[in-house]
Amino acid sequence: MTTRVLQAWNGEAIEVGDIPVLPVDEFQQIVADAVTAGARVSSYAGRRDDERTRVTAVLADDAQGRLGVLSCRVGAAWPSLTSECPSIQAFEREIFEQFGVKPEGHPWLKPLRFEPPLVAGVDPWGRIAKPSTIPGDYPFFRVEGEEVHEVAVGPVHAGVIEPGHFRFQCHGEHVFTLEIVLGYQHRGVEPMLVGGPDRRTVALVESVAGDTVVGNAITHANAVEALADFQIPARASVLRGVALELERLANHVGDLGMLAGDVGFLPTASYCGALRADFLNALAEICGNRFGRGLVVPGGVRFDLDAGATARLAEKVAKAWEQVDGATRLLFESPSVRNRFDGTGVVSRDTCTELGLVGPAARACGVSRDVRRDHATGVFRFLHVPTVTGETGDVFARAWVRRLEAERSAEFVVRQLRALPGGPVRTPCPLPRPDRLVVSLTEGWRGELCHVVETDGDGSFLRYKLVDPSFHNWMGLAMALRGEQISDFPLCNKSFNLSYCGHDL
Amino acid sequence: MILRALFQIGLLLLLPPLLLGVVNRVKAIAAGRKGPPILQLYFDLAKLLRKGAVYSRTTTWVFRAGPAVGLAAIVTAGTMLPVAGQPAIVSFAGDFVLFAYLLALARFATALAALDTGSSFEGMGAAREVSFASMAEPALFLVLVVMARATGSLSLSGMLGPGLAAAWRAAAPALLLSAIALFVVALAENSRIPVDDPNTHLELTMIHEVMVLDHSGPDLAFILYGASLKFFLFGALLVRLVADVRMTGFWAAEGAFVVELLGFSILVGLVESAMARLRLTRVPQMLVGASVLSVFALVLLLR
Repeated sequence: MTTRVLQAWNGEAIEVGDIPVLPVDEFQQIVADAVTAGARVSSYAGRRDDERTRVTAVLADDAQGRLGVLSCRVGAAWPSLTSECPSIQAFEREIFEQFGVKPEGHPWLKPLRFEPPLVAGVDPWGRIAKPSTIPGDYPFFRVEGEEVHEVAVGPVHAGVIEPGHFRFQCHGEHVFTLEIVLGYQHRGVEPMLVGGPDRRTVALVESVAGDTVVGNAITHANAVEALADFQIPARASVLRGVALELERLANHVGDLGMLAGDVGFLPTASYCGALRADFLNALAEICGNRFGRGLVVPGGVRFDLDAGATARLAEKVAKAWEQVDGATRLLFESPSVRNRFDGTGVVSRDTCTELGLVGPAARACGVSRDVRRDHATGVFRFLHVPTVTGETGDVFARAWVRRLEAERSAEFVVRQLRALPGGPVRTPCPLPRPDRLVVSLTEGWRGELCHVVETDGDGSFLRYKLVDPSFHNWMGLAMALRGEQISDFPLCNKSFNLSYCGHDL
Repeated sequence: MILRALFQIGLLLLLPPLLLGVVNRVKAIAAGRKGPPILQLYFDLAKLLRKGAVYSRTTTWVFRAGPAVGLAAIVTAGTMLPVAGQPAIVSFAGDFVLFAYLLALARFATALAALDTGSSFEGMGAAREVSFASMAEPALFLVLVVMARATGSLSLSGMLGPGLAAAWRAAAPALLLSAIALFVVALAENSRIPVDDPNTHLELTMIHEVMVLDHSGPDLAFILYGASLKFFLFGALLVRLVADVRMTGFWAAEGAFVVELLGFSILVGLVESAMARLRLTRVPQMLVGASVLSVFALVLLLR
């Protein structure tokens, strides 16, 4: 990265004035060069600024653990970078949808969330006459041909899952393309956060994605603490790490059970389904809520555990893990299961890098990316959780990576609970300072959670940008389905298990 | 005599839902769950029969006829099946061909009703069902031909009648091979794991279940009941073929038959618990494998 980029670390507050505002072509050149050189785009978001749109990009250099922040002001249109850097496609569509900045030459310029534009009077797709923006109300990509047929799935599904629409172009059982339409869960979280922090901020952040409560809360708390130049006590830091890993364990174990259920392998399906609850209950023992709501707040954590409780909790987690170990061994040693998992829904390493996938989905392709190691914050600066990678990029690799990650998390949780540092768990956190920006990254169970928070002259949130790992990974699922059997879609979908509400915000 | 005939008809009509209840209970226990009551399917049927049916405006009489034709065909096929070694209600030379094609007619009616809805899911399910059936059918026929050849009878009553014991003494390897093939066909025809998953909610992976998504009320009851009857028919064929228990006296034979059928249900439940579903592209391989087994059996008989 060149000197025209402001360098920062994860969770380090920077003065807004220090962020370079570059001409559009230079800005795009730097982004393109950095991505070609191996950096990732963690965030790429606009905000309204003097009748134009100010776009701030956050580039992550995983090898060095550094972040690069740069920005530009753009008018009604700019050339699209997507052809050069496919990982930026959703960001460009988002900026077009929200602010009407047209990325000229974008190969896939469709509404991303079907949200109403953030700027009054500007509707990029000319839908302003209509009373509402209905997700999916846009022509689909179609494959023409006598024997080609179209299969539409959703947004209402047979299982208890979130709404999303999937459109397949098939020839018999063979899938040519899959188009994914999201936006049904759009609630406008980002605008609601503007003007904070206030009493509802933490609750809002926790409900960005219901299965990543702790991850988002930690990312938010790290951001606010950085904006206020505040350090939390050591005990709080470790408890946050424990909660984050418990959340990872619960989701990984539950999803392994769901994967078993999708291929009709009953024993693991029901055992893992039940064991997931053990880890959720462990979270509930810390804070009284199975999903960890209300645990993490700026300044530390709200609940402490006494010595007896930590010992009991460590014991419980260790026991539950032993059972998970047995149940998942059954899964991975069963030839009929391996036959279904192996070679299904392959994402190549190149595709993974191009699309900028994150989390277990990326690690399963052999791309070693983990915020806990690359951009460590909190307890992970001192205590490392080994990073797991797979090779094959198929359903098996994604399942296996998650199985191994869950094991590392269980070890981490038990070890930390047995050696918690003393001291308080919460000290009052001052208010954020004015005119600052912070990039806060956390490795949630799905991958990198990114919050980019900018304060105005009063220290209130001017722009709160959230990037859920699903935002990067949905395209990976679409690519995994190319050339697959349509009957394998549920299995592939479950192996990614992406968030709809995290994407739709 | 009339009492016995009525008992056999009663067995044919009333026992089948229990068998699926047993399968589900075995699966539940293997998975460490309690599972639904063993009689759940009876409750479901009673509930569905009391309900009204919803029909899509895009469907025609074909859709409404599907469940009735399907159930009628399966019940008719059932009358040709000898229960517990007793002669069947209907029996004539070559009835096994009619038996097999009545089952095919039931499938045809269901597939047609599925296509009538115009839904892409149901079309996909119908396509899968008939393509797999076209591979299961040769296997079933070869098994029946082996049995006909081994017993020298052309009716199901003869094939599964008193002549079977002598046939086992003369041609045990051939009958054993065909019994294995018949078990595979039974799993496929009854949409059990590893071919299909009767419990899944994932429309895209279903074979049989997706075809009946649009049916409701009594129509759905007919379909569920028909499916359990079909399971009973295949079970009866198979247990009679492999476990020709000679009991003296009518009631003892009937009792042994019911026990054997329960054993068959438990076996199916165990198979379903022990393995995952096959990838759809692998199902034809398994069905062709079953055909090959029964071809071997035929070769053994004819040499």
